[in-house]
Amino acid sequence: MRVTLRVNPIACTGHGMCAELLPEIIELDRWGYPVLVSPAVPRPLLEHARRAAQACPTLALLIEEKAGKHR
Amino acid sequence: MTARLLAGIADGAGLREHERRYGPVPGRRPRRLIDIVEAAGLTGRGGAGFPAGRKMRSVAARPGRKAVVANGAEGEPASRKDRLLLSRLPHLVLDGITLAAAAVGADEAYLCVHGTESALLRRLDHAVAERQAAGLDPVPIQITGIPARYVSSEQSSIVQYLNGGPGKPTFSPPRPHERGVNGKPTLVHNVETLAHLAMIARHGDRWFRATGLPSAPGSMLVTVSGAVTRPGVYEIAMGTTAGEVIMRAGGPAERLQALLVGGYFGAWLPVETAWPVPMTHAGLKAAGGALGAGIVIAFPAAACPIAETARVVRYLAEESAMQCGPCRFGLPALADALASLAFSGDWGPCADDVAALIPLVERRGACRHPDGAAQLGRSLFTAFPADVHWHRWQGACDGVRRPPLLPLPGDEEREWDWG
Repeated sequence: MRVTLRVNPIACTGHGMCAELLPEIIELDRWGYPVLVSPAVPRPLLEHARRAAQACPTLALLIEEKAGKHR
Repeated sequence: MTARLLAGIADGAGLREHERRYGPVPGRRPRRLIDIVEAAGLTGRGGAGFPAGRKMRSVAARPGRKAVVANGAEGEPASRKDRLLLSRLPHLVLDGITLAAAAVGADEAYLCVHGTESALLRRLDHAVAERQAAGLDPVPIQITGIPARYVSSEQSSIVQYLNGGPGKPTFSPPRPHERGVNGKPTLVHNVETLAHLAMIARHGDRWFRATGLPSAPGSMLVTVSGAVTRPGVYEIAMGTTAGEVIMRAGGPAERLQALLVGGYFGAWLPVETAWPVPMTHAGLKAAGGALGAGIVIAFPAAACPIAETARVVRYLAEESAMQCGPCRFGLPALADALASLAFSGDWGPCADDVAALIPLVERRGACRHPDGAAQLGRSLFTAFPADVHWHRWQGACDGVRRPPLLPLPGDEEREWDWG
């Protein structure tokens, strides 16, 4: 299973919770919107990624699981 | 090449003239038409260039009833080809819609144009009525006015608008071919694509391939403007060079420094780079540009490309649906930085700011609106390094005094609502 993150940019209003909970993958741009350093989530960060997705007030951070080998 | 789509341009827009010039639509088995379109190698003429037959096949393969949408809402200010087709050759497009509806199994069909173009809407209603009287369209074609906003002609915007929402892009999936109008798998084709389809149904794939390149067959419509002596819409063989296109339009009206190919979704190319480039998606991509919907603007040496780009990016910023943060905040910031670079010179690190902003907007929206502005901005640096250098260190150039050349709609023509 390959796990990737995706932002729904229409739903995102730039609360920035995700960057706080998952700084390894998510940075904020100059307006406070998330920039994914890399969309792939390495296994050790999976739990943090799920927590970040659940914490998003607008549910704009999406975890997508695709069949295939996890990196 | 001899005109194909535009062969009947002087005949009048009535059904009788249309059938006399182009002949009746042949009845073909639906699956067979998709095979022929695929064999013809027709690609979408709205800008993206996706294989038309493959798109039809993926919609046809889905279960249940489908919908077909003809996109005639020409949002690019420098494009005139779709308006020309719809106002002068409406029946060619309507033939294409009916053929596509039969091919994919649709029970709903729409032809969308800007709601502000009331004369065009009336003409199209008249054309549909003529066909109804002749019993031509088993699936009635609904002429629909959509908001005249740049991003409202994006396919997900059209689908959302037809479903009763605002004419703004949506987050995908689902894409229209999966779930579109009224939840049905929906085929969205540009009106020129559908006109070609109507010709392919009449003459076959080998006829279509007899012009153009093996890798990019057929003809296409281009809109040429800027510093040429005969601006207008021309039908060319795919693969004609950009230079030949300029010559078809009467040649340069003054000394040129660049061509803007692909409209405001395209890129600046220095004139010597652009001149030999074949008008195909692959050819322009290899040259660092984009074919888009076949827009070519001849840009004079005495005009300032930075000032012109600043105006266009300002327009694109105003046309944002303001849904996604990077587009909503990034495009105005990019327009500000470009305007500073164009008009104030070395007042600030504005050239660096333009370069920094481009990756901050690119590919960060739900639709490709910010990507177009980013590509246009980036191509300034590759096409005009000397101009950027001059502006950075010396300030505004003489070119900024020229009246604006790139076409933009006036405020009074623009629509500010979303439907």
